[in-house]
Amino acid sequence: MALAAAYVIQQEWALEGSREQRVAGKKITDAFEVFDHECNKTVDVREIGTIIRSLGCCPSEGELHDMLAEVSSLPFVIFSSILKFTKALIFSLLCRRPEYRPIPEDVLLRAFEVLDVNKCGHLTKEELVKYMTEEGEPFTQEEMEEMLSAAVDPETNTVRYKDYITMMVVDEN
Amino acid sequence: VCLLCQTWHFFCFHTIKAAILIQRWYRCYMARLEMRRQYALSIFQSIEYAEEQAQLQLSSFFTFIPSDFNTAGSDVQLLEYEQTIEVPDSYHGPRLSFPLTVADTNSLLHAFKRQQQLHARYVLQLLHETKKVLKQMPNIIHLSTSYSKEITICGDLHGKLDDLLLIFYKNGLPSEENPYLFNGDFVDRGKNSIEILIILFAFLLVYPNHLHLNRGNHEDHIMNLRYGFTKEITKKYRSHSKKILNLLQDVYSWLPLAAIIDNKVLIVHGGISDATDLDFLNLFKRNKVREPSSSSSYGRRYKGDLLDVGEPMWLLHDGVNSSPLLEAQYLESSVRMPSVPPELTAKEWKQVCETNTELLQNKTKKPTCIYKWNLFVVDILWSDPKNQNGCTPNKFRGGGCCFGPDVTARLLKRYNLKMLIRSHECKQEGYEISHDGKVITIFSASNYYENGSNRGAYLKLNPDLVPRFVQYQVSKYTRQQTLHQRVSVVEWSALKSLREKLYSRRSELIAAFRQYDPNDTGRISTSEWASAVESVLNLALPWRTLRSRLVQLAQDGSVEYLSSFSDLEIDSREHMVQPALVETLYRFRTDLEIIFNIIDKDHSGLISIEEFRQTWKLFNSHLKIDIDDESIDNLAHSIDFNKDGSIDFNEFLEAFHVVNKFENKAEHCRISNLLDSCPCFSIPGLSGT
Repeated sequence: MALAAAYVIQQEWALEGSREQRVAGKKITDAFEVFDHECNKTVDVREIGTIIRSLGCCPSEGELHDMLAEVSSLPFVIFSSILKFTKALIFSLLCRRPEYRPIPEDVLLRAFEVLDVNKCGHLTKEELVKYMTEEGEPFTQEEMEEMLSAAVDPETNTVRYKDYITMMVVDEN
Repeated sequence: VCLLCQTWHFFCFHTIKAAILIQRWYRCYMARLEMRRQYALSIFQSIEYAEEQAQLQLSSFFTFIPSDFNTAGSDVQLLEYEQTIEVPDSYHGPRLSFPLTVADTNSLLHAFKRQQQLHARYVLQLLHETKKVLKQMPNIIHLSTSYSKEITICGDLHGKLDDLLLIFYKNGLPSEENPYLFNGDFVDRGKNSIEILIILFAFLLVYPNHLHLNRGNHEDHIMNLRYGFTKEITKKYRSHSKKILNLLQDVYSWLPLAAIIDNKVLIVHGGISDATDLDFLNLFKRNKVREPSSSSSYGRRYKGDLLDVGEPMWLLHDGVNSSPLLEAQYLESSVRMPSVPPELTAKEWKQVCETNTELLQNKTKKPTCIYKWNLFVVDILWSDPKNQNGCTPNKFRGGGCCFGPDVTARLLKRYNLKMLIRSHECKQEGYEISHDGKVITIFSASNYYENGSNRGAYLKLNPDLVPRFVQYQVSKYTRQQTLHQRVSVVEWSALKSLREKLYSRRSELIAAFRQYDPNDTGRISTSEWASAVESVLNLALPWRTLRSRLVQLAQDGSVEYLSSFSDLEIDSREHMVQPALVETLYRFRTDLEIIFNIIDKDHSGLISIEEFRQTWKLFNSHLKIDIDDESIDNLAHSIDFNKDGSIDFNEFLEAFHVVNKFENKAEHCRISNLLDSCPCFSIPGLSGT
């Protein structure tokens, strides 16, 4: 299957060599800096997920949960205090999970095509909502509304996913 | 297992995988947007706090200049004055009749919704009556939820009338059944500060036991000079503005400092410190603290026993010898009694300026006179909570403290309180809970920094004292914008401010960059660039992440440090000013404007050449900028003087602004297209905000 093949490609990613390590290390520190509100090298543990993702990694919620549970000994859900995350710690996590690299456009397209059962090039708004809020790791209402505001073509009330993906990629750059 | 089941399971498996993939990707995209929004807000906040710090420094610099503001005169004089103000027949705004009733508050709301203005006479009468009511209140007001069941608490409004109207729309108008508490910072920054004050004070008069006000750090006339309220009054009320501003100062000083609900919930505008003593706070005469900002705790923290109220306490920085003359002057200027210091003649004024300039030049550090209770008040109005234990001076703002969870816990325990509610800090969601649920920040000005920058919120407290939050956001757009569009607008605005900030310190920055570039290649490494910028601007920002938005990179990844400045320049319109002075004038224009406004005693907007020179001298000694007399004289003469030798200084300074040399029309169009211009409320429930 196409998706399985994509997984294999991602595993080839590796951060070998000290120069790459340094560059990656700096990138990680920079990302943390943005969320270090009191400028004292600490971030709120609840923002770790956002930080990791802002680096371009795409862990699932479950993978994030496991990652954080590993880092601290407490279950994720009862975090209310701040933990110090050292650069080395996160870096080692990233190194150990090479499958977290960014998702290429074509893989994304194929994922939408899997959901497009009738192969008509678009999803209805209802279909998208159903998949996103009932399957996988469901979206919150806010996440769903946000996606719809950009994805739904107001004239046809459908999601033309190829155009949507192209637009999002352009936005990013 | 039959083939049909197998196919079905196969399909489900891949559907789930596809869904997860899309969700993963989407959350990653959202996180990157979130990061951009975070640093945009950091930029706004850092610049704001740095300006506040500059303001506090400027304010404490001016404690020795006798202010003319205490010429409000006696109450009798003022009453007579008010009665002589005629309200012309052509005036179609609200006509208030005292004592106020609900009819008056309704007519005020109605008028302000249509952008009408209340006549100066009614403003003065309203302020007068408000002062009378406030005078009777203690420093800390005690409230109870047992009568009206629920009380609504709102945070900073900062002159944003739309937010106040939205709150009233969502939550109902204040009344006996619907009590409110507004936690300070009603004015400055927004363009309807006076309208907000009028509405709040009017409701206070109609429901004195159900509408409560706490003083904020912006209820301070020196803050108003910098942050726009003084300008707003001067523009809207012209010849009456001086009387209004004077009376306003009185009213500010009588605003209560704190509230306690059900003996369990403490509400102050800023926060607390390890020295906060509620018993002491309740005792002293709060109206003596007219300008908290002018006696900030900058540089020195005091811990000690209680003093008798009324006894001034002198504290000078270490290493400064006090001279009797200096102390005498401080004594004179710092004891602001209702009786009026004599108006200075031009000659006396000149003498004061010269003496003080000399004194300052002879001292290595600025001496500061601090009343103990001023310190307490500054802590209450300026402090911010922090996540780590301890109590440290608030170096971001230059006043008050940063107090940790241990400080909170100790204070709450000491007074048997359950929780602290405060405002003072803009929060993305309009509110924030910290210190393990013991500290709540509530902020009610949505879009504070820029359209889309943050939500506003208010909280409702019922007898079980569990807060319920309501969020909102005033929106000027008719259609729902995507998150990407909203973030882009905020980010663009923040980066624009930051680029202008960089430009205003251009000479210093280039000097700092050149330290790393002895061969003048025009390039330095990212780390070097970040260090240099941080050391000159002193803004704690993620410079490395921002680098690509502020400066161009060469092929090898190094920074071309001059590229930040290549497309901007300072435009001084038609004023002929020496190039050496242009940057200084641009960078310090706000400070100069404030100094000028303090000197311009009759609020005429004009100063003489002599006063202009004096302004400059004071400015020099305050900021240690070295500009020789000849340059000043040349500058003075190059400005257009009308026949009587005076200049409109405000106008002169306003001329200095940064422009984009190659007016990027394309960029402007793209951003303008994101902004539909039809103003309307975002009605909750319809658009999800």
